[in-house]
Amino acid sequence: MREVCVIGVGMNKWGELWDKSIRDLFVESALLAIKDAGVDKIDSMYVGCMTSGLFVGQEHLASLLADYLGRTPISSTRVESACASGGAAVRCGFIEVASGMSDVVLVGGVEKMTDVSGDGATYALATAADQEYEVFHGATFPGLYALMAKRHMHEFGTTRDMLSAVAVKNHDNGSKNPLAQFQSKTTLEGVANAVMVADPLTLMDCSPITDGAACAILASVDKAREISKNPLVKILGVGNATDRIALHSRKSLTTLNATLEASKRAYEMAGKTPKDIDFAEVHDCFTIAEIMVTEDLGFFEKGKGGHAALEGKTALDGEKPINTSGGLKSKGHPVGATGVAQIVEVVKQLRGEAGERQLKNPKVGLTQNMGGSGGSAVVHILEVM
Amino acid sequence: MVGIVGYGAYIPRCRIKVEEIAKVWGADAPSYKRGLGLQEKSVPQPDQDTITMSVEATKNALKRAPHVDPKKIGAIYIGSESHPYAVKPSGTTVAEAIGATPDIHCADYEFACKAGTEGMFVVYGLVKAGLIEYGLGIGADTSQGAPGDALEYSAAAGAASFIFGNDKVLAECNETFSFMTDTPDFWRREHEFYPRHGGRFTGEPAYFKHITGCAEGLMKKAGTEPKDFNYVIFHQPNGKFPQRVGKMLGFTPEQIEPGLLCPLLGNTYSGSSPMGLTSTLDISKPGDKIMLVSYGSGAGSDGFIFTVTDRINEVRDLAPKTRYMLDNNKRYIDYGTYAKYRGKILTAD
Repeated sequence: MREVCVIGVGMNKWGELWDKSIRDLFVESALLAIKDAGVDKIDSMYVGCMTSGLFVGQEHLASLLADYLGRTPISSTRVESACASGGAAVRCGFIEVASGMSDVVLVGGVEKMTDVSGDGATYALATAADQEYEVFHGATFPGLYALMAKRHMHEFGTTRDMLSAVAVKNHDNGSKNPLAQFQSKTTLEGVANAVMVADPLTLMDCSPITDGAACAILASVDKAREISKNPLVKILGVGNATDRIALHSRKSLTTLNATLEASKRAYEMAGKTPKDIDFAEVHDCFTIAEIMVTEDLGFFEKGKGGHAALEGKTALDGEKPINTSGGLKSKGHPVGATGVAQIVEVVKQLRGEAGERQLKNPKVGLTQNMGGSGGSAVVHILEVM
Repeated sequence: MVGIVGYGAYIPRCRIKVEEIAKVWGADAPSYKRGLGLQEKSVPQPDQDTITMSVEATKNALKRAPHVDPKKIGAIYIGSESHPYAVKPSGTTVAEAIGATPDIHCADYEFACKAGTEGMFVVYGLVKAGLIEYGLGIGADTSQGAPGDALEYSAAAGAASFIFGNDKVLAECNETFSFMTDTPDFWRREHEFYPRHGGRFTGEPAYFKHITGCAEGLMKKAGTEPKDFNYVIFHQPNGKFPQRVGKMLGFTPEQIEPGLLCPLLGNTYSGSSPMGLTSTLDISKPGDKIMLVSYGSGAGSDGFIFTVTDRINEVRDLAPKTRYMLDNNKRYIDYGTYAKYRGKILTAD
């Protein structure tokens, strides 16, 4: 298998982008990534998108975006794994370059979510859960994650303040990210006293509805050395795994098995352990998700993720900075784009281009992108060369 | 000098509180009150509609313009989303009720919540052109909001009426400016009972874009800036938006407060910003400069700059003030009564 580098990243400001269509969002970030990489030719592209059919009534997306990027007749494939679609697209691009089939591959993610009403968005997102056994009976994503949060509180004594600490920290980080949807800070009380969505999760425990896209250019190390002027960031490890999609089928409500398995595979491939990871971008679709994920990635002992957040261990100046970009909570969560945006943030940090939120000389970063209530997960480990 | 020579408002007595509506729908009243900046709203009784409220508001306007013979009113334009008839004008009934027929021009206007200022704009133009001596511009609505929709908490009833003319002017109109685009943020099709809306799309690309566009265009045209105004009135779909748009434009809460009725009145749609102007005129002094910017979905804003004259001191107290009507003689009703009054209870046949 050939070694693979990220040689360019591109992302525009996320938010409620009323005057931009799905093709605008994608093409703008793709052009930024192409410019950043300094490439004039890409061999192939992968697009992560969860449900453009339900959000904007557009399928056949990979061809449409190749068309509007002006790259037909390039090979272009859409990848779907619910909210992990972006991470899955990156993995597909990695495999194509690693296999030697292509030298330069564009991987991107996009979601245009604000063309439907709140109810429409809730319906579209709920299609990532088990329709027949969960959704038809009234479950929504906040409801499913609330069940996990309640169980985590029951088993490990995780508190309201620990959940809130995740949102406070991510908003602090997001306030330093000019591309984030929300650049406002919040407080423990602000999170706890926000409108209740699904007990114990308030509005401020939940990631928002967002329009946005993110892209990255992957290349073989040889090709990267030939064309790239940026510090090279190598993808050391990739892990992808699944779990029982419905919560009631799982052995435990407090372990995200797909994340656990995907990270094992990525660590093994990269030859790294959780201790070697300097920082990570993880899938905080809800505050409880970040707590559970940081445990399942092996950063903190099971049941201690909430304590770590409250004690500042995951802050920018903590021992294991998590979601320096602001995470899904503050940066926004255009579902298909999230996994690629995590790569964008890790690359910016490793290159030393993260501005006000820049960490001190990080060498190894990790991304963890998750579908639905954890039924799929993709983990990438990246190192600056 | 062309401007307002008489003004009046009307608010129905009945009120319903946010808590009463939230209780029925299992909603969290404090979060609605906080989110909408709203405590309660006015409700029309079964015998009140856009026509009756327009008559009441116009009678108050005529009280403040004792020199105006209704026979000399050359035009009546009523802006509303709730004209009682789909075919048959509201204006002729109002004209008849105040004794202004038959030598008069009438038309009913519709442009979501902007229809009231539309009528004001046209009669101002007709008076200025010399085609009529006096003209009436009215904004009135018994606003509709679907049961359970966020709009149900705010959709209220009320009217404001303005007589424009060129003698004994109490507020001279110095400048006007309008700002329109095709922006479908809120609509009701023929035969539909309740309007539908684009949720958060009604905010930034709709309300905020058009009001800021209109206000900035108006101030540029007039060579003025926010600090030149004593008061400003923006359309009030809830209690929060006018304050936020005011802040965006550089106005202070003090400039906005006298005209901000929504927290206790609700959104009277076509009557909303015009009623804000009546309550601002109620407390204004000669020389005060007032800016009014309406907003109607679909979408557009009309902007006016007025300068209050000495005449205000002679006529201000000749009719009930808007805040007085808002704060007095209230009768709170429960949701059942509200549902009956608003025609929300339908029988099978």
